[in-house]
Amino acid sequence: MGNMIKVGMADLNVCRYPDNLTTLGLGSCIGACIYDPVTKIIGMCHYMLPDSTLIRNNQNIAKFGDTGIAETVARMEKMGALRSRMVAKIAGGAQMFAVSAGAAASATMKVGEKNAEAAKINLKKLGIRLLAEDTGLNYGRTIEFYSEDGTLLIKAVGKELRRI
Amino acid sequence: MAKRELDKLDDLQYDVLKEIGNIGAGNATTALAKMLNVKIDMNVPRVELVPFTELPDTFGSAEEVLAGILVQLDGDIKGMMMFLAHEESAHHLVNALMGQASQEQTGFSEIEQSALSEIGNIIIGAYLSAMSNLTNLKIVTSVPYIAVDMAGAILSVPAIEFGKVGDKVLLIETQFGELDFINGYFLMVPELESYDVILSSLGM
Repeated sequence: MGNMIKVGMADLNVCRYPDNLTTLGLGSCIGACIYDPVTKIIGMCHYMLPDSTLIRNNQNIAKFGDTGIAETVARMEKMGALRSRMVAKIAGGAQMFAVSAGAAASATMKVGEKNAEAAKINLKKLGIRLLAEDTGLNYGRTIEFYSEDGTLLIKAVGKELRRI
Repeated sequence: MAKRELDKLDDLQYDVLKEIGNIGAGNATTALAKMLNVKIDMNVPRVELVPFTELPDTFGSAEEVLAGILVQLDGDIKGMMMFLAHEESAHHLVNALMGQASQEQTGFSEIEQSALSEIGNIIIGAYLSAMSNLTNLKIVTSVPYIAVDMAGAILSVPAIEFGKVGDKVLLIETQFGELDFINGYFLMVPELESYDVILSSLGM
């Protein structure tokens, strides 16, 4: 059995079989998981905000969808993964607090949705196919990403385990 | 107005923020004790600059189930205020208020969630009104929003909001409780500019 490597908030990591990656308690953030089935190299980025170009303080590249996903892919390539073989799965992007109205409120609260969109845009830009997603709704998720076959296991409070 | 760097707050400024937390939480605890008609103790608040990545660890683990009530702040102080309680404490709170044992084994029914968010609303309101009196600042609150979920997931909301400007959150954490009966935390996440407003209002 390999290690289960923890990826924190605004953090990213890559590894190869038999090691696996996990991130705990994803809320409105996205866990973007990328997999190369031949080399069994996987990468995960737990980013918080969709777009680094909209934020002045953007040194932490793992905090943003655009720079975070690009960096994850770059690190996987450095380890020997091939971009053309990479596939992706994403989870998270929940709206944790139900908000009824108010323009200012909804902009803050809808960041989950924007985060999920950002994953799709940036994966497409990098030419990586999105195989599956478990995003949106209003609950948190813990995810485990397995390098053996690219399975993404999703746990949520009071819900059945899900595999995508 | 010179903008204060959050990383460079001095001891005195920390103490002031701590004292504000203390007074606010004292008022909130009194409101709660009156509402439930029980005696509740509280501890001295902890004021700390925490990297948001470590925020969930404050509550045990990122997977610890919490009930979180969130209110958005507007007016002179902008930001978010949260009241957080472990699931078990939240059940105690609701049961004490409703005067009956919960029917639910896990989670909360709709009426319980509504009761819980109202409890949160009242004690956050008490916290803020003390703060408002002290600083002479106007604070407008939104309606309360509630979520019962993993700590990491709930805290991602203020973390993201704060993540737009920095990598750290000023945590004003007050724990109160009657033995193990009720334990709660306040999390005040003012926007960066609002620290200046708060400290300036007190002549700092």
